[in-house]
Amino acid sequence: MQVTVSVNDQEYTREVEPRVLLVHLLRDELHLTGTHWGCDTSNCGTCVVLMDGEPVKSCTVLAATAAGHDIRTVEGLEVDGVLDPVQEGFTREHGLQCGFCTPGMVMTARALLDCNPNPTDVEIREAISGQICRCTGYATIVRSIRWAAEHSNEEVSG
Amino acid sequence: MQVPGPFEYARATSVEHALELLQELGPEARLLAGGHSLLPMMKLRLAAPDYLIDLDPLAEELGYIREDDDQVRIGAMTRHRALLESETLATRLAIFTDAERVIADPVVRNRGTIGGALCQADPSEDLSAVCAAVGAQMVIRGPAGDRVVGMREFQRGPYRTAVGADEMLVEIRVPLHEGSGSAYEKVDRRVGDWAVAAAGASVKLTNGKIERGGVALAAVGSEVTSSGAEKALAGQAASDELFAEVARLAAAECSPSTDQRGSAEYKRHVAGVLTERALRRAAARALPEDA
Repeated sequence: MQVTVSVNDQEYTREVEPRVLLVHLLRDELHLTGTHWGCDTSNCGTCVVLMDGEPVKSCTVLAATAAGHDIRTVEGLEVDGVLDPVQEGFTREHGLQCGFCTPGMVMTARALLDCNPNPTDVEIREAISGQICRCTGYATIVRSIRWAAEHSNEEVSG
Repeated sequence: MQVPGPFEYARATSVEHALELLQELGPEARLLAGGHSLLPMMKLRLAAPDYLIDLDPLAEELGYIREDDDQVRIGAMTRHRALLESETLATRLAIFTDAERVIADPVVRNRGTIGGALCQADPSEDLSAVCAAVGAQMVIRGPAGDRVVGMREFQRGPYRTAVGADEMLVEIRVPLHEGSGSAYEKVDRRVGDWAVAAAGASVKLTNGKIERGGVALAAVGSEVTSSGAEKALAGQAASDELFAEVARLAAAECSPSTDQRGSAEYKRHVAGVLTERALRRAAARALPEDA
C-alpha cells in the first residue's frame, strides 16, 4: 500500500506492506537510522519518536497509522547546525555511554520539556520510566535533561 | 526482527464506517485501537487476523470523558494518558487515576486506549477490574444498534468478551453515586510489567453504612467481581475490621497461578492485603470533605 507520512516537516511517500512498523519505515525506507530499533516489544523505548508532539514507541505503531500524523525523529532536533538543548545537555552531562538508548531518551526528554519546561527530578524519572539504559547511566541522563531545562535555546546557540 | 504476519489494512473514518467494514470483511477482521496489545500479539503470532481496521482516525470521535448528571461517559478510544490526566476522574472516580499511574509506562499510555484494553481482556489487565469494581456499563454498537451490558456479561473469560464479530465497544458508562469512593492498589515487579496482583474497590456510604460495595481483582484468577466479598460488605458499617474480613474472603475466592511473578500462595496473600488497602482508601474517599 502507499503510505505518505510527514517526518521532520518533510513529506515522504513509499510503497510498503501494511504490516511494516513505523520504526522500519523510518530506518529502512527513509534511511533515518537515528531512531534505533531495540526490543521489538514496546519495552525498551529506544525507538521512541514524537507523533504530533507526543512520544510513542515506533515499534508498536504501523507505518500506515502514522500517515496523517506529524512524526519527529532525533534527526529533526538539530536546526541549522545548532543542537537542541537536550542534545547539548546529553553532551555536557555525559548522558550516554554506548548511546543505544539515546535517541529514545532525548525524544522523550524533548516532549517532557515541551509541556513541562521545569520538571523535578522525580518528573524526569517518571517520564523516562518506559525506557531502558542498559549501561544504567540513569543519573547522568537525568542530569542531562535537567541541564536542558535550565538552558534555553538562545543560551545554547550563544 | 518481529513483525506481524501479513494482513490487509483498512482505515475507518467513522464508527459507522468501522461497522460497515466489519460487516464487509467478516470475522477474520480485527479492530486496531492503540495497538499496544494487538500488535505485540500479532508479532508473536498469537493473533493473525486477515484484515486490520485501523480506528486511529476515530481518536477524536471516541476520545472523551464526559460527566453527565449521574454518570461519567468515556469514549472507547480515550487513551490511558487522558484517563490519567482527567480532573473529572481524579475527583469523581479516583480508582481510574490510581490504576492509570501504574498501567504500562508513560510512553505506552500515549497510545493505548481503554476500549482496546477492555476488548483485549487480558486476565492481568487493570481496567477490567477497575470497571468491574465500579459497576461500569459497556456500550456495544452493532448493525442492530446499541446494547448495554455490565462487566459480568462483557467478560467471557481470558481474551474473550461479549463483543461480536460485527460489533464494537464504543463507550464505557460509569455510574456516579453520592457518598461513594473508589481506589485501586497494585503490586508489580517493575514499571511496565503486568501485576503480581491488583485489587479495585468501591463503596457507597450512607450514614456510615455501606449501601453498595464493589471488589474486583486482577491477575489472580478471580471472577469478574469477588461476589462473596461484595455480599459481605452490603449493609455493614464501614470499619477496618470489616475490610480485613472482606479482604480475607476476596483472597480466599481467587485462584492465582504460580509463575515467574510469584507463587500462588504469595499472590493470594498480596491480593488480600491490596483488597484491604483499596477498601480503606475507597471508604476514606467516600466521606464528605467537611466530615
